[in-house]
Amino acid sequence: MIAVVDYGSGNLHSVTKAFEAIGGEVRIASTAADLEEAERIVLPGVGSFAEGMRNLRQSGLVEALAEQVLVRRKPFLGVCLGMQMLADEGSEDGAHAGLGWIRGRVVAMTPPDRGLKIPHMGWNDVAPSAGAREFFAGLPAKTAFYFAHSYHLIDAAPGSVAATTDYGGAVVAAVRQDNIFATQFHPEKSQHIGLLMLRNFAHWKPAPRPAGGVSA
Amino acid sequence: MVKGVRFGDFRDVGAPVTTAKIYDAQGADELIFLDIEASTEGRGTIIDVVSKVADECFMPLTAGGGVRSLADFRRLLLAGADKVSINTAAVETPGLITQAAKQFGAQCVVVSIDARAGAGGRPEVHTHAGRRPAGLDPVEWARKAAALGAGEILITSVDREGTREGYDLELTRRVAEAVDVPVIANGGVGSLQHFVDGFIDGKASAVAAASIFHFTDQSVIKSKTFMKQAGIDVRW
Repeated sequence: MIAVVDYGSGNLHSVTKAFEAIGGEVRIASTAADLEEAERIVLPGVGSFAEGMRNLRQSGLVEALAEQVLVRRKPFLGVCLGMQMLADEGSEDGAHAGLGWIRGRVVAMTPPDRGLKIPHMGWNDVAPSAGAREFFAGLPAKTAFYFAHSYHLIDAAPGSVAATTDYGGAVVAAVRQDNIFATQFHPEKSQHIGLLMLRNFAHWKPAPRPAGGVSA
Repeated sequence: MVKGVRFGDFRDVGAPVTTAKIYDAQGADELIFLDIEASTEGRGTIIDVVSKVADECFMPLTAGGGVRSLADFRRLLLAGADKVSINTAAVETPGLITQAAKQFGAQCVVVSIDARAGAGGRPEVHTHAGRRPAGLDPVEWARKAAALGAGEILITSVDREGTREGYDLELTRRVAEAVDVPVIANGGVGSLQHFVDGFIDGKASAVAAASIFHFTDQSVIKSKTFMKQAGIDVRW
């Protein structure tokens, strides 16, 4: 069962329906028990970093999420704000601590080319890095996904960047670390290409952590 | 679902969900649903349509019409919309733009501006489905809306809307050059060249149309092919 976390900031409908469309068994999770039962966990998110973190904390699910994802190592997917909140810190609406699962900070995008509009809105080509092939399996080499964001992840550990897109320079489009995969773009809104990626996630079996390995 | 000319003379153009599925299959990049009479008729928002379309079309959806509060925003987003368009409410309560951007992120706040010729033939912002002059200059209003937190501007020339005479390119360009956020050109497309004009001469980030798809044999596929051949960077 795939649990979509309901903490009051999510576009739950779209993510849930997209997983249903690929034949996944999906449930909206709003309690620690729901997350305990889940085999996979999806953290969606729309809105500002501050508001998202506040809602997530108020939901009381932060500890349960950490337990299921960092300790039990269930496959995890973060989408958009659900990716950004994994970082150490966000600067939208003042500085706010994130979950700190992925190294990096989330800051306003400032492309050097003044002709590039912000928010970065619409479809853009995504280039996967070598460590993220399994999520892009079956997709064309040049694949566009749907983006809608004004803030982006910087200072990420190079090894955790799973894909980039070009918007006045390389922008982190996806991260991957152990059993965590997260996208800045919206696979649930990227038509059949996005559904293929969700299918890849639904079948993903993260490699067991090497003996003595410690996640960053 | 209906399509009109200059926000009147509405003709039935079929079931929204069926139509949406066709556009989805044809590779439309985004769908915009506007219940333009909602403010005038005091109707709520088009949640039901959005929800049904979002069940089957996994693509970006913008919805609007009668949105007056943060609760309206939330309901549409929960139904599956990615962006919410506000028009009359933005003019009457500009603070709503800022509140919505704070709560839901600027990327989901679209300020829709309906412009039609006012005194002296100059374009003037109109609300209530293009009927009520707001006494605002569209370019100034776009600039203010973006400063208040709008993440996108949808500029519609009511005088061109449904006429198939092409976008108001001057208006579109002036708005696009005035703001740092993306601008969508809307209203008047009647030929495939009009899309290209919207990008090149109108400086729009995206181009929208309805009549050309409803009432002619031009499809989304043909439109994108034409734009690509004209050198526009379209998704393929």
